[in-house]
Formats: sequence, C-alpha cells, structure tokens
Amino acid sequence: MTAWLDGVELARGIEEAVPGSVESSNATAVWVRPERLHDVAARLKQAEAWDFEYLNAITAVDYVEYFEVIYHLTSMRINQACIIKVKCWGRDEPSLPSVVDLWQGADLQEREIYDLMGVVFTGHPSLRRLLLWEGYIGHPLRRDYLEEPLPYSWPHGG
Amino acid sequence: MATRTEPITVNIGPQHPSTHGVFRMRVTFDGEDILNVEPVFGYLHRGSEKLAEERNYTQVITLTDRLDYVASQTNNQAYCIAVEKLAGIQPTERGMYLRVIAAELQRIASHLVATGFLLQDLGAFATPLMYCFRERERILEMFEMLCGARITVSYMRPGGVFQDAPEDFWPALTTFLEDMPGYLDELDMLLTGNEIIVGRTFDVGVLKPEIAINGSVSGPILRSTGVRWDIRKADPYDIYDRIEFDVPIGTRGDNWDRYKVRLEEMRQSLRIVEQCVAQIPEGPARAEVPFVFRPPAGAEAYGRVEAPKGELGFYLVSDGTIAPYRCKIRSPSMINLSVLSDILVGYKLADLIVTFGSTDINMGEVDR
Amino acid sequence: MDPRGFFELNTWYRGLYLTLDNVLPSWMSYFIAGFAVMFAIVNAMMLLATLYIWFERRALGRFQVRQGPNRWGPFGLLQPIADALKILGKEDIVPHGADRWVFNIAPIVMFFPVPMIVAVLPIAKNVAITDINVGLLFVVAITGFSTLAIFMAGWASGNRYALFGAARAVAMLISYEIPLIITLGSIALLSGSLAMGTIVATQNVPYLLVQPLAFVIFMMAISAEMNRSPFDIVEAESELIAGYHTEYSGMKFGMFMLAEFAAVIVASGLATTIFLQGWRWPFLPSAIWFLLKMGMFVFLFLWIRATIPRLRVDQILAFAWKFLLPLSVVSLFATALEVFFLREPDGSLTTNTLWIMSGINFGLAIVALVGWANVLGHRRYNPAPRIASMYRDGPLGSRPVEVQ
Repeated sequence: MTAWLDGVELARGIEEAVPGSVESSNATAVWVRPERLHDVAARLKQAEAWDFEYLNAITAVDYVEYFEVIYHLTSMRINQACIIKVKCWGRDEPSLPSVVDLWQGADLQEREIYDLMGVVFTGHPSLRRLLLWEGYIGHPLRRDYLEEPLPYSWPHGG
Repeated sequence: MATRTEPITVNIGPQHPSTHGVFRMRVTFDGEDILNVEPVFGYLHRGSEKLAEERNYTQVITLTDRLDYVASQTNNQAYCIAVEKLAGIQPTERGMYLRVIAAELQRIASHLVATGFLLQDLGAFATPLMYCFRERERILEMFEMLCGARITVSYMRPGGVFQDAPEDFWPALTTFLEDMPGYLDELDMLLTGNEIIVGRTFDVGVLKPEIAINGSVSGPILRSTGVRWDIRKADPYDIYDRIEFDVPIGTRGDNWDRYKVRLEEMRQSLRIVEQCVAQIPEGPARAEVPFVFRPPAGAEAYGRVEAPKGELGFYLVSDGTIAPYRCKIRSPSMINLSVLSDILVGYKLADLIVTFGSTDINMGEVDR
Repeated sequence: MDPRGFFELNTWYRGLYLTLDNVLPSWMSYFIAGFAVMFAIVNAMMLLATLYIWFERRALGRFQVRQGPNRWGPFGLLQPIADALKILGKEDIVPHGADRWVFNIAPIVMFFPVPMIVAVLPIAKNVAITDINVGLLFVVAITGFSTLAIFMAGWASGNRYALFGAARAVAMLISYEIPLIITLGSIALLSGSLAMGTIVATQNVPYLLVQPLAFVIFMMAISAEMNRSPFDIVEAESELIAGYHTEYSGMKFGMFMLAEFAAVIVASGLATTIFLQGWRWPFLPSAIWFLLKMGMFVFLFLWIRATIPRLRVDQILAFAWKFLLPLSVVSLFATALEVFFLREPDGSLTTNTLWIMSGINFGLAIVALVGWANVLGHRRYNPAPRIASMYRDGPLGSRPVEVQ
C-alpha cells in the first residue's frame, strides 16, 4: 500500500528544510506559503527521505475567498505519497510559482488551471489557455462564473 | 546553385483520420523529419468538472462514462472509489469482485482497441482492427448482460454495482475466458514477428524512464520504459490485494514495447478475471446507499485506479451538500501528452502517426 | 462456325469486317470494325475495373471478418454504379489556392495511361488493339505518366498533405522504375523481342518458372508503381489523409479512384502476358484464360493489401535501392549469361533450354533472396530477450538497471 505521509510530521520536516515555509498542517496535508512553494517542491523532489519525483496531479479548488492548489506527490521507490496545499489569495490575479522546471508533467496541468480557474503560474514558459480558445473571457470553473452572452460565437468572428 | 530548404508547418488534425478524435498537432517538418510538435486540444471540452458540481453524487457517474468512452468501467470505478472514501461507504464484497471483473474486461477491450488502431495507423488496412474488434464485441456483449449498455455503462455505484450479474453472464464469461488466450496467441503470432511491424516500431518513439517519471506519465507507457509501477500493485484498491498477477514491463520504451506491454497486460487481466470468478462470494452486490446522500462537510478524497490508459484519479471536495463542491479529474490521457514532443521530435512523419497511436490517448478524456 | 470461336474476339472482328465490307468501301469497314473492337476492349476494361472495385470490397470484407457491400443488386454487384452516380452528383470543388489548370488536368493525365497500356496487351489469341514492336518500352514509357500526374495533382492542390504525397511519389516511383525496367530487360533477353505478341508466342514455358527472381521483383516494383500496400505511402490514409488527391472531389476524385483500380487490372494483365504465357493454355477459349490468369493476379494484389502494413518512406527507398536494384541486376546478368551460352545457333531458345534455365534460376532466386534478405533484414533485432525481461521481479518503482 502506498503510505500517505502524515501532514503534521511532514510539516515538521519541511519547516526544518525550508524555514518559514509551512503555514499549517493537519493529518492529511501540509499548507505551504505560496512564495516558498518552489523551494519546498525542490526539496521534496530532491531529498533522499522524501524522493517525491512523481507529480500525480495538480488540483485547484475555488473557495471564493481564496484558491487552494493541491499537489499530489508520489515517490515510486519508497512507495509513499503526500499532499501539499497552497492557499492563493485574490480574485483578479492570483499567482503562484510554477513547478514546471521541476516536473515536466506540471506543464499541461498548470495551463489547464490557468485556463479554467484563472490562477497565474509565474515562471511557466508558455502560460496560455489549454482547453478553451484564445480570447475567451472568464474562467468557467470558478464558483462565481456566470455564463454571459458572449460578444462573439467563435474566435474569429462569425 | 545551392538548394535552399525551409521548414514547413503542418496542422495535423483536428480533422484527421489518425488523431483518434479531434486532436491537433502543430508540427514543423524539415522534409519528412519532425522538428517541433505542439499539441492543441480542447475541441471536445464539455466541462465535465463543472457539470459535476451541478449534479448529485450518483448522477455524476453518467458523466464519468463519457470521459474515456472506450473504458467506461474503470472511470466508474475510480469515481466510486473516490466517493466511497469521501463518504465513508464500505462496498460489499460481491460488489467489489464484480467491479474488478468488469474493470479487467474493460481493460482487455481498451487494449484491443489500442492495438487494433496502432496497426491501423501502421497502414494495415483495417484487417487487424477488425480482428481486435471481433473479440471486443464479445466483451461488450457481456457488458450488455451486466447493465444493458455497451459503451456508456454506468454500471458501478458507490457501495458496489447497481445490480448483480444475471444468470447467463457466468457461462458467457467462462467461454470467453476459454477462448480469449487462443485469440491473444493468434494476434501475437500474426503481429509480433512481422518484419514490417518490427521495422516500423523498434526504436521508434523512444521514451526514457527519467523523462517518463518527470512528465507524470502513467499506465502502459510508463511501464514500457521499464518502470515497475502499477496502482493495482502499489496502492491496491477493491480486492486487488487478494489477487495474484504480474506487471509486465518493457525495457526500452519504444513503440514495440508499448504494444507488447499491452498485449501482456491483456493476458494478466484474464488471469485476474479467472481468480475473481473462483473467489467471488455470495451476498448483496451493493451496500445500502441512498440515491442522494451528504458526505461530511469539508471532506476531501482522492480516489484512483489503474485505468487502461494510466492513473485515473478523482479528487472530490464536499461541502456537506448532495453535490460535490469540486470534482477534479486526473486524466491519464491528457497528462501523458506532456511527453509528446519528447517521443516525436527527430522521427519522421510516418513515425509520428504510429507513435501517437501507440500512446493510446482518448480525446473524451483529454478534453473532458 | 467453330463453336469455340464464339468466344474469340477475332471471330467477331472478322465477321463484322466481312459484313460491313459488302456494303461499305473497304477502308471504311476496316475503320469501323477496328474502332468497334477498340471501343469494346477499352470499355470492357473499364467495366472490369468497376467490377474489380466490387470484388475488392467484397473480398476485403471476407478478409476482415465483415460483410462488405451487399445491399444494392445481387451480392451488392451494383454498388460501384451507385458510388459512381453519387460521385457524379457531388460538387466539384477547386481550392482557392490551387493552380486551376494543372489541378483540372491532373486526373486526366492520371487516367489516360490505363487504356493506352491496354492497347498493347494481347488479350486473346491474335487479338490486341495494336502489337507494336516496342511494346515493353511503350509500357514503361506510359507508366511514367502516373508520376507526372501525381506530382501535378499534389503540387497544384496548394495543400501541404498533397505536397507531401507528391514529394513522396516522385522519390518512390522513380526509384522503383529502375528495377522494373531492368527486370523487363531480362524478359526481353529471353523472348528476343520487345513486342508483346512475340513475348507470348516465344513463351513456351511460363517465364514465371524461368525467371522467378524477376517475377518477385516485378511484382514488388509494380505494386510500388501502383501505390498499393505496402508501398502506399503516396496516399497513406492514416498519415496524409489522402495524399495527392486530398483536395479532389466529385468526378475528378472518381477519375483518380478509377485509374487506381484500373491500374491493378492493367498490371495484372501485364503480369499475365509477361510471366504466365498470356492467353495461351489449352482447352478453354484464350480470352477466358486471360481473364482467369488476370483474376489470379488481381487477387494476389488484393491479398497483399489486406495483410501487410505500410513501410516508412526511408525504408521504401532503401528497399528499392538496396534490395531490388542489386537483385534485378543479378537477374539480368544471369539471364544474359544463360542466353549467351544456351541459345541455338539462330539465337532462339528451345523449350528444353528454358526448362534448364528454370532450374538454374530457381536456385539462384532462392539463394539471392534469402541471402540478401538476411544481410538487410531485421534479424539483428531479436525480440525474445525483451519479452523474457518483462516479468523481471523487482521492487515497485524500480527502474531498468541498464537501458541499451
């Protein structure tokens, strides 16, 4: 069975490795400060004891006051997994550091989150819309998204 | 006069016979050699994640059918496991066995489609495809016995499956289990040694294990690179911990390995189904779960299965209402595309089609 | 009238000529009878092509565990006619960026070599539209037009898929013409003539037996010339959508389609004439024999199409230059030596000599094909150890220790 790491213990380890990075923690997850996310991710990937070299998924949840971005990480060698969460405040331009340089698999997922949730990942090489077309207005997976009649029906008029 | 050449950009797709749906690749060619590949998709985007927020937990099952429409059972399974974790439902024993039987049959069906279309992409004018579909048809007929549907099955529910298998399902399954190894051997014999198939697939579309892991690749593509990782073994769900099976792995991660890993996985799936048939207990097929239920507020759960295309996960967040607050789908097809340019650049146009076919993506799942 | 003569086209031609000769001036009856027979032969070929479309689809259906067209007419026989009517009713679209003139001419250039080649095929005893003394050369020259037509279509379409198809076509067809011509040269050496009629007349032993190596090379090269599987990269439907005729619609597409299917008929007729004694064989009328042998070759082409996947473009070119070209030179050289040493004082070859050559050439063919295939084949790839390593035991998440 994959061992899902206890959040409190993991938080202690992360705090040791990257001081001042942990916001809070509970039994399942660790909340990391957005500005230290990249450092924490790099440590999680490279440290022997963690060895989280496989990024399962990036999820964004809209809690209206803030966005929570959730990273599922797995170590295949040790068969352990953990959940790292980041709170990302603001509605207009919520932003987080990108982890594409660490995990290539984050590329399309971060683009998808930018597309549907509107979270900007700074440092992403080509942050463009993924599923919707260029020029689409709004981010439809947000809880407060209302489908307004579009001024156009398709990208190039028509 | 020196000949001057310049690269040529071609849009392969969205309307193209071999992009397996509405997928588009913006490819730059130097003659026939690929210089750059950029995937463009979203043509089949239906907003499944948003739609799920408007339906109650049971109704979402029909949405999951339409993700990877050649492997609906595993989609159901992943979603139901996530809901069970979220709401603390314990599925019944018989229900779990039926789920595994259905999921493994679905894996065989999906891999048959993948193999058939790989050969179709190789240019074998539909003959292997029709052979593969002949066997897939029998599996779909068994699904019809189970739940009345062939493709969009909606067979599983939180707590088990929605109805027990009918009487005539078991004899059909037994004959299928008897026949299928012979068919697989036939397929193996017809395809594996073929000089042209070997020439077209060996050392084409090579994926290195480090890149595969870094790119979050999962499923047969990951295993073909030699990484021994299968969620059924690593994080067993349902009743996989009681079942003996091997995880076939490749050595090079080229097209041939991907094809061969799928072929071997079909054999392993047959083994799993045989053991399930032997072990399945009597009892109710479904736990007592109401149609509408409210998981505790603030609960979060990540349920995942080893789908035919890779790790299929559902991340559910509950706010205490009858509908999920957030339903995130970790679709293996889309994430496997992260390494698309790594396995395509440097090869030729004809290899592009074959390599793309061997990654076996499904647009319903990529675009959601 | 000889009852067997009923099936001989020659009888009909003579009858028509003699009947007309009673009422018309001689030159006019000659012209009308000749034109009538030409008309009949060319149209019979076209009809045969449509029949072949039906046959191919039905037979492919049998190969692929399915029915094939079976609705329109008995056994779906009228399906090609329904398709033709449908195609005629389609809108004829010329793309905006197309070179209109070249685009429109290309289907015609593609189609006309087919009846031209039919003209020199002796399709029955003493029946050929013309038996010119450079028949083989004529065939080779005329087939070259298909390359031109494909390039015209691909270039004029203004479509990148079509351009890919055209570029592939030029590379491939020119490569495969060379072994084809060299192979036909060894046939000319045997028969001592380039005329089709003489090739059949001197073919006392089927050249299929006398020249097995040449036959194999001829079949491969002619498959490539017709863009048939496994050499169908020019219109590879899974890669290039439809290759050079991606942009064609309506009857122009129909012309390409018909030319493609008629090419199979003509190539089978050519193979029959050159390698299977043409119309000669006892008991049945000669035209029937010709059709039967042709049908055999047609089925062979169809069989290859139903079974073999496509090669990649570099593999195809390598196959032509590394495999077919050396072998065809070997074949030509061996034939030349045999003819030089075994011929009669007057330069002809007796039946016994042909049988002797058959023995020698079969040995040569087997040695050359097997030997050369072993040198070039994929034997160095041995899939066995890779299968065995698939069940290697190891901890979860372990990587391959060493990837070669």
